[in-house]
Amino acid sequence: MTLNNKQPKPKVDFLHEAFLKEQQAEKRRVRFFQIAIFIVFFSLWETASRLAWIDPLIFSSPSAVWALFLEKMGDGSLPGHIGVTVFETILGFLAGTLLGTFLAALLWWFPRLSKILDPYLVVLNAMPKVALGPILIVAIGPSLTSIIAMGAIISVIITTIVVYTSFQEIDENYLKVMKTFGATKREIFKEVILPASIPTIISTLKVNVGLSWVGVIVGEFLVSAQGLGYMIIYGFQVFNFNLVMLSLLIIAVFATLMYQGVELLERKWMKGRV
Amino acid sequence: MAAVSFLQVQDVTHTYFSLKEKTAALENVSIEVEKGEFVSFLGPSGCGKTTLLSIIAGIVSPTEGRVLVEGRTPDGKDRHIGYMLQQDYLFPWKTIEENVLIGLHISKKLGPETKETALGLLKKFGLYEVEKKYPKELSGGMRQRAALARTLAVDPDILLLDEPFSALDYQTKLNLEDLVFNTLKTYQKTAVLVTHDIGEAIAMSDRILLFSKQPGTIHKTFAVPEPIRKLTPFEARQEPEFQPLFQNIWKELNDLEQQTTETKS
Repeated sequence: MTLNNKQPKPKVDFLHEAFLKEQQAEKRRVRFFQIAIFIVFFSLWETASRLAWIDPLIFSSPSAVWALFLEKMGDGSLPGHIGVTVFETILGFLAGTLLGTFLAALLWWFPRLSKILDPYLVVLNAMPKVALGPILIVAIGPSLTSIIAMGAIISVIITTIVVYTSFQEIDENYLKVMKTFGATKREIFKEVILPASIPTIISTLKVNVGLSWVGVIVGEFLVSAQGLGYMIIYGFQVFNFNLVMLSLLIIAVFATLMYQGVELLERKWMKGRV
Repeated sequence: MAAVSFLQVQDVTHTYFSLKEKTAALENVSIEVEKGEFVSFLGPSGCGKTTLLSIIAGIVSPTEGRVLVEGRTPDGKDRHIGYMLQQDYLFPWKTIEENVLIGLHISKKLGPETKETALGLLKKFGLYEVEKKYPKELSGGMRQRAALARTLAVDPDILLLDEPFSALDYQTKLNLEDLVFNTLKTYQKTAVLVTHDIGEAIAMSDRILLFSKQPGTIHKTFAVPEPIRKLTPFEARQEPEFQPLFQNIWKELNDLEQQTTETKS
């Protein structure tokens, strides 16, 4: 809020400036510590490794990881691994969210179905989905498809439950408004139920990004053909922990990027609503 | 043509069933409302007023009895009923324009002409350049006016008002009462208002039906005197005949409350 009265108030303006300055300073302080933690962490890691406080063979070091990064980028193998994993994760994440939302719509449409399936959903939700990995790989084959399926299956049930709950929690009066206009069930779903649940769907997107990474990495562990998960499991097997660390760091970067992407989408969709 | 009332509620009885009990909401309610008439349902909370409104709207089907609008059961797409709730219930994810046009869109009557008329209502209600805005950007009074435009956009024959002014501050409420009143008179709409505000009921209606509760029945009918009916709700409150009627209804309402507490204890 700006205080724009007729007569100028120098004191208020002065205080406002001071307030803004303080805000800026606070922002700088926070940023300073964030960068400091980053630098301290990596230099401590490097030092500890060089002085053998930690076993460099197991814990690697930033310089070794960096050297490996340049090497792998140079021979062109790294972009391929990254591309495969990111592709699998995005597809798994989209499939999980879309399928979950679709199932939630089905449950909303047929209330009896939701009553019947309730205990099964609870069981499926409680079960650790990665345990299905071996079965998936045997059933679908050790391919890209089964890894994507892993990325999807891990998030689909929780998405179904969360989105269906939000469908049910919509204020009855919004439906009443639609009914007085003579709206059909289909119209009510399209105009009210789905748009009203967009905030919930977006928050499940955020959770699903993380879940899909878990599914895909575990899938790549099992299939062991290519991708960042494969790099980890291969590095582990040949005892090259530089490779493991490199994969971990790259996963951290891309998982963050995807999360930011979802947040961007959120800001776009929620425009005007809040 | 025989003189059939515009809106007929015939022997409506409604009971809510649950696992534990059956709750009688309404019992043998019969009402006739003429075209262009404004009728208020007044009564303590839990007297089935809102249930009756939902039944008239065709959202709830009564356990017994029936509702006729122009001699027909109001069902299907061609129902000409407008419903306003306590709060605006504008869809927050739609712009004001999309909100106002939703009824026309649903009833497949959205064309250049109906669209213009509907958006014209906004201006008539003093809402300028709000079409592209979202409900959150408007004040409570503005939102309720937009909701009124949404209700009237489909050109309903009957307007059902379920305490539409109860969530507003007093000044906004008085302004909106006048607006609704004048709009209804201009377009000669029939209206049923549910309220627990005695003053509002007197100021706005031609006839007041006092409901007793559990089960809801019509306890008494008050005809609002001619001079008050002619005035807008705001002016009506200054009319000499307003206070005596207010006292009269107040007393009846209090007696009703006492009866229910006595039977309970």
